[in-house]
Amino acid sequence: MIPGPFSYHRPKTIHEAASLLAQHGDEGRVLAGGQSLIPMMKLRLAMPEHLIDLAAIRDLKGIERSDNTLVIGAMTTQAELIGSKALTDMAPLVREASLHVADPQVRYIGTLGGNVANGDPGNDMPAVMMCLDASYKLVSQDGTRTIKARDFYEGTYATALRPGEILTAIEIPLPPAGHGYAYEKLKRKIGDYATAAAGVMLTTRGGKIATCAITLSNLADKALLAVDAAADVVGTSLEKPALDAAAKAARAIMSPTSDTRGSAEYRTFVGGVMVQRALQSAFARAKG
Amino acid sequence: MAKSHVKMSVNGRDVEALVEPRTLLIHFLREQLNLTGAHIGCDTTHCGACTVDLDDKSIKSCTVFAVQADGAKITTIEGLAQPDGSLHALQEGFRMMHGLQCGYCTPGMIMRGHRLLLENSNPSEEEIRFGIAGNLCRCTGYQNIVKAIQYAAAKLNGTAREEAAE
Repeated sequence: MIPGPFSYHRPKTIHEAASLLAQHGDEGRVLAGGQSLIPMMKLRLAMPEHLIDLAAIRDLKGIERSDNTLVIGAMTTQAELIGSKALTDMAPLVREASLHVADPQVRYIGTLGGNVANGDPGNDMPAVMMCLDASYKLVSQDGTRTIKARDFYEGTYATALRPGEILTAIEIPLPPAGHGYAYEKLKRKIGDYATAAAGVMLTTRGGKIATCAITLSNLADKALLAVDAAADVVGTSLEKPALDAAAKAARAIMSPTSDTRGSAEYRTFVGGVMVQRALQSAFARAKG
Repeated sequence: MAKSHVKMSVNGRDVEALVEPRTLLIHFLREQLNLTGAHIGCDTTHCGACTVDLDDKSIKSCTVFAVQADGAKITTIEGLAQPDGSLHALQEGFRMMHGLQCGYCTPGMIMRGHRLLLENSNPSEEEIRFGIAGNLCRCTGYQNIVKAIQYAAAKLNGTAREEAAE
């Protein structure tokens, strides 16, 4: 399969990239690792006339801590996330989930920025970043703005990214020491999208859950924040009634499609199971 | 569309060429450089038969444009054996342990195994299986592929075992 023809650009600065994108409008498309976009181009589901490769822009790589925020450049690969001890020490949820993304070859080149910006509800990182309450830095010729991951997703391949904007960094508030975390993903095989997946971040105090965030992957047309499910477990020690209430509340907001991974009913059922397993794992890991 | 000029090092040899931007790296390697060792299996980023080493990373060359590899250092299966024809430990391992049947996935398996062993010289069986999870084989059931990589690891570590697979 051979993509449609396009002109290739390899800007050296983000300013130059934003200018190219502004110049080419709807006919321009930004290339990160290409592990989603190139397959789409091969199927001619995407046919950009101008491809703007971000690979040569050094500022878009790397993981840094700035005060109480972790800043990850958009072009940082999944393999680099997995290999970063500093990131794993501070926000181990990222590594746990990254190991579930695609396969080793794709993780060597696939980027965090591409994963979160694409708006594919099957991707894992949107729910992870929503769970961590991360924000995305968006740069265009007109300036820079940040938006919370929780406000970014609108539907399948639909996001708050405006024409001319490039997602350049992911900013994660430093999770509190001793927090519990888990990403539970049911999949048919390595490399597959989730049949159902859930992420959890929580803190405990005196053996009870003090704060909790739960997010869901591939269980609707976008990643979901399960607010009611999280409220059901706060103040509890995750006894059975609380766990059951959380699963029920989470299932109430799921709307997966029936596909080769299972019927909508099945995927909704196991979605609740993923929420329960992630909660139990996160609770067991929390110190406080 | 105007062609792009690319320069890269492939198996230690500097190459320069004009390519259409839409040319995939696998097509560039196979059709312009006549390096037909890397195979096109699924053409959809699943099977790993097209795996090559690009700047110390295993990548699926059906899902990278040749223009993205401008300036890169690439190793394909053709670059593993010594100039005198003596086999790399992985190639020997696949032969000794019967790590192939039809052989279609083998170049990708060996290139992935090569990078895996460079990053982890003594992997556990589980680490090997997780490490080659992006490479599909429809013949062997993977048992002898894992053994072949274990054979190569032992040989490279100087603890070679002599017995071959049944």
